[in-house]
Amino acid sequence: MTDIMPPGLALKKVDERIMTLNVGPQHPGSGHMRIVVQIDGDYIVACDPDPGYVHRGEEKMAEYRNYITNVPHLERPVIHDSCNVLYPYVLGAEEILGIEVPERAKYVRVICSELNRCIYTMYWLAIYGIFLGHSTMFMWPAGDRELLIDLMEKVSGARVTHAHFIPGGVRNDLPANFEDVCLRQVNYFEKRIKEYAAVFYDNPILISRTRDTGVLTRENAIRYGTTGSVLRASGVDYDLRVKAPYDVYEELDVHTNVLKEGDSYARSKVPWLDMMESCNIIRQALQKMPKSGSVRTKLKPNPKTKGPATVYKRVESGRGSLGCYIVSDGKTEPYRVKMSVPSFRNLLAMPNLLIGEKLGNMPSVYWSLNYWPVEADR
Amino acid sequence: MSSDSENPATEAKPEEKPTPPKPAAKAEEKPEELPAFEKGISDKLVEKFGDKVQVDFVKEDRVGIKTSKENVHDVAQFIRDDLHYDHAESVTGVDFPADNEIEVVYHLGSYTESSLARQVLTLATRAPRESNPIPGQDSTKLPSLRDVFYSVEFGEREVFEMLGVYFDGHPDNRRLLLPEDWADLPPLRKDFAIKGR
Repeated sequence: MTDIMPPGLALKKVDERIMTLNVGPQHPGSGHMRIVVQIDGDYIVACDPDPGYVHRGEEKMAEYRNYITNVPHLERPVIHDSCNVLYPYVLGAEEILGIEVPERAKYVRVICSELNRCIYTMYWLAIYGIFLGHSTMFMWPAGDRELLIDLMEKVSGARVTHAHFIPGGVRNDLPANFEDVCLRQVNYFEKRIKEYAAVFYDNPILISRTRDTGVLTRENAIRYGTTGSVLRASGVDYDLRVKAPYDVYEELDVHTNVLKEGDSYARSKVPWLDMMESCNIIRQALQKMPKSGSVRTKLKPNPKTKGPATVYKRVESGRGSLGCYIVSDGKTEPYRVKMSVPSFRNLLAMPNLLIGEKLGNMPSVYWSLNYWPVEADR
Repeated sequence: MSSDSENPATEAKPEEKPTPPKPAAKAEEKPEELPAFEKGISDKLVEKFGDKVQVDFVKEDRVGIKTSKENVHDVAQFIRDDLHYDHAESVTGVDFPADNEIEVVYHLGSYTESSLARQVLTLATRAPRESNPIPGQDSTKLPSLRDVFYSVEFGEREVFEMLGVYFDGHPDNRRLLLPEDWADLPPLRKDFAIKGR
């Protein structure tokens, strides 16, 4: 059997005791992703993540479209975090095209970006709940998410794929009376997510299933180049919104949530703490935002670049630092677009964390890595 | 129940509250000069390696270095040990058929050195390119930096399958995203065309 397998598959029979298991690629909760694990009894002895089932060639497609028509398809890797996944591309395109962004647009971007962070994290949390068999934690975030999706629908017209950030600003101004509605919804949302502590984060079953599983030490978190909540759960104080602020984050007071344990429990908790911080940021941004003014520097349909250039921009997305490297040769289409995505970076920690764990702990470790398969594959 | 979530807002207050150093602030006062902190990083590299490295660009929070494939490993080691960059954010391959070369770009960052938190160092090197590639068995090879920066492991695997650059010394040069039976050109090469475009 192993002889006729194409290269790349590690399904060799190692030992009589060792059994090879395919986990995935059909995944009940997320995008498709396969993990080949070898188990000795109940313990994982080898782990080989095999992404690529949802690879869509976004980077190749970006070479055929101009800087504006690239916007709708580049948000596809993470449709429920679409503002953040576009953000570095848009920042990079603005530098290459040499355009300024109006002040009000920068605040609208911050608000949309934080709303999207919460929308993404709620989806992630819902799936984390169902991965652990906690049905309430599936239903509650999936329902409360609607509060913010409704807000984004008011802003952009679309519930999930907003395509709202464009080079030069945002597509539309905020609708009339948005500030009041947003404040009300966000305040209620914050009240709701605080209730999750009692049902989920203080739940002894969750704690016993996630405490001390998949411990990622501070040194290894840095060595593997992890990012976002995975890094902050291992005690590294690094958030791009604070350390390298972009747009108007410099003028907002952003607090970084850091936990020191580095286990699945800490990794599942940091995104939840970040959501509360997002609510604070949205309230600050609503207050400081200029009340009127342009939100968009108008561009021609096929804008000209300033000439050959390379830019690398990064933002803090719902999963961590998301970078976009754009090489321009002066033509109207980018020469090369590379998305340096946090899911792909955090994937490297997965085999290292799973080896030595019990097979039953696999879901809690896997999903605590804040991993989104479609983003990792692009 | 658990004491962990009693006070979620304050438990994680980091000790280093003073704002991170903003070395680029000087650049705004004298826009004609290169930013001093970034210039210092590139100067250290030039001082150590002389004409083995070329400074591609020095701008706010970004330093770009180019080097040949013979020196890239030594340069990376110096960047890690003496400049204190500790992880790679991404590994990018860019195809340049006009030059008959493929450029591999490492974006390096630092979590441990707080003055480097804003910085990204771009280390670029080039491999020869063949028009009829046999990935892994032609001259398109580069030394792997995996023993210097562990975090490039999957990035280099991706560049191998997407551009056909083989990394000597990489422990696991297998495909990552593409199907195992992919028999076409590496898809991110410029001569691989999308149908209908």
